[in-house]
Amino acid sequence: MTNTVIRAISLSAFLVTWLLLAGLANDPTVLPPPQGLVQPFLSELASGTLLSSLVITVLRVIAAFALAMSIGVVLGMLMGTKPALDRWLDPWLVVFLNLPALVLIVLCYLWIGLNETAAIVAVTLNKVPNVTTIVREGARSLNPELKAMAQVYRMRRSVYLRHVVLPQLAPFITGAARSGIAVIWKIVLVVEFLGRSNGIGFQIHLYFQLFDVAMVLVYALSFIGFMLLVEWLLLQPAEKRVTAWRHA
Amino acid sequence: MIQVDVRAKDFGSTHVLKNVSFTLHPGECLAVLGPSGIGKSTLLRLVAGIDTNFSGTITRPDNIAFVFQEPTLLPWRNALDNLLLVHPGLSRQVAQESLARVGLAEKAAAFPGQLSLGQQRRLALARAFVGRPELLILDEPFASLDQETAMRMRALTQYLLKEVRPATLFVTHERDEARQLADRILELSGSPATITKQPAALHNVVRPLFQREELK
Repeated sequence: MTNTVIRAISLSAFLVTWLLLAGLANDPTVLPPPQGLVQPFLSELASGTLLSSLVITVLRVIAAFALAMSIGVVLGMLMGTKPALDRWLDPWLVVFLNLPALVLIVLCYLWIGLNETAAIVAVTLNKVPNVTTIVREGARSLNPELKAMAQVYRMRRSVYLRHVVLPQLAPFITGAARSGIAVIWKIVLVVEFLGRSNGIGFQIHLYFQLFDVAMVLVYALSFIGFMLLVEWLLLQPAEKRVTAWRHA
Repeated sequence: MIQVDVRAKDFGSTHVLKNVSFTLHPGECLAVLGPSGIGKSTLLRLVAGIDTNFSGTITRPDNIAFVFQEPTLLPWRNALDNLLLVHPGLSRQVAQESLARVGLAEKAAAFPGQLSLGQQRRLALARAFVGRPELLILDEPFASLDQETAMRMRALTQYLLKEVRPATLFVTHERDEARQLADRILELSGSPATITKQPAALHNVVRPLFQREELK
């Protein structure tokens, strides 16, 4: 059986389980059946709220993701290649790694205010330690022989970084990116839930207070669907491209 | 002219090299012989400037090429890019020609992982020679090759040496190999290692290049 067939069967099994559970619950306000979501989905789509919420949340995800990845990659590379710096910064890393996301979010809102900056900073701070840890592993395992080669042949620093260091870090960076995007979009929803007045997280908060399970599911599933598209259309092909030489 | 004067090289409390000095003239090929683990590779890394942590002085030219024990190629770039990235001034045509010279004309687009070990080593040779180095350093470049491939590699190296004529320093533990390629042989032994046989002990006269080629 091909992967696609297995994936299709597995997803249908999920839908059937959902149908069965909805039948057992026999109360659409607790668990609406899958087909019961179509109507609310279409009406939210028509009103434009779903799309605008999606755009806002995606923009927040992109901003936090870009910030967390750039800071994390730079920090990870520095800590992985400079043991002295690593000794100084490692305890900080451990503290931030073990700080609950919720604590960081609440503190950012308290200190910075209920605004966009606080939201993005909170999400970024949640993700940076993780990216740093993964990239540091990669930087520690950089091939010393290739470094010696670059040194003897006097490769320019930019060429060395781009063609010698980056390809060695690529699996670590894509790994950090994939786990990063998965964590970031979940934290963005929490941030929106707690302190923003728009975005998917805010809509979920709204319909949570109205006890509208169908709408909560509509917003959650729309966003999950969008993130799956990003994974399949952007992240997986990108990963395939940077690791092409391995399979050649 | 390359002047090497290593008074001492230590790794922690281990003394590896002591009083190793020699000079190397342009176009001259010097072999360093000695049992494995004696510090031959360490000496080469000092001469190349990869390791600068030693006491003594080394005068070396800017344009150096190094053929490592392992091919040390960029596995994520194809054969042609492995030359072009290391030598940015090189034209694609010259790079292509130098691939042809080591018998890899058809392999320009291949990744190193798609080449055999012998082909990878030839690519490493091409990378070293195409920059027309003033100083070429070879660290057991024919190790772990089967006999026939090693023989062809030696012939190829000899041919390229004649063409580019860099000052050459190479390490081996095979005396025959040293005799075949080198003008002079220098032997390391002891702990810490030092020069036990002065170059003059094996070849009384350092023969000029033109004579040398007639003899070979």
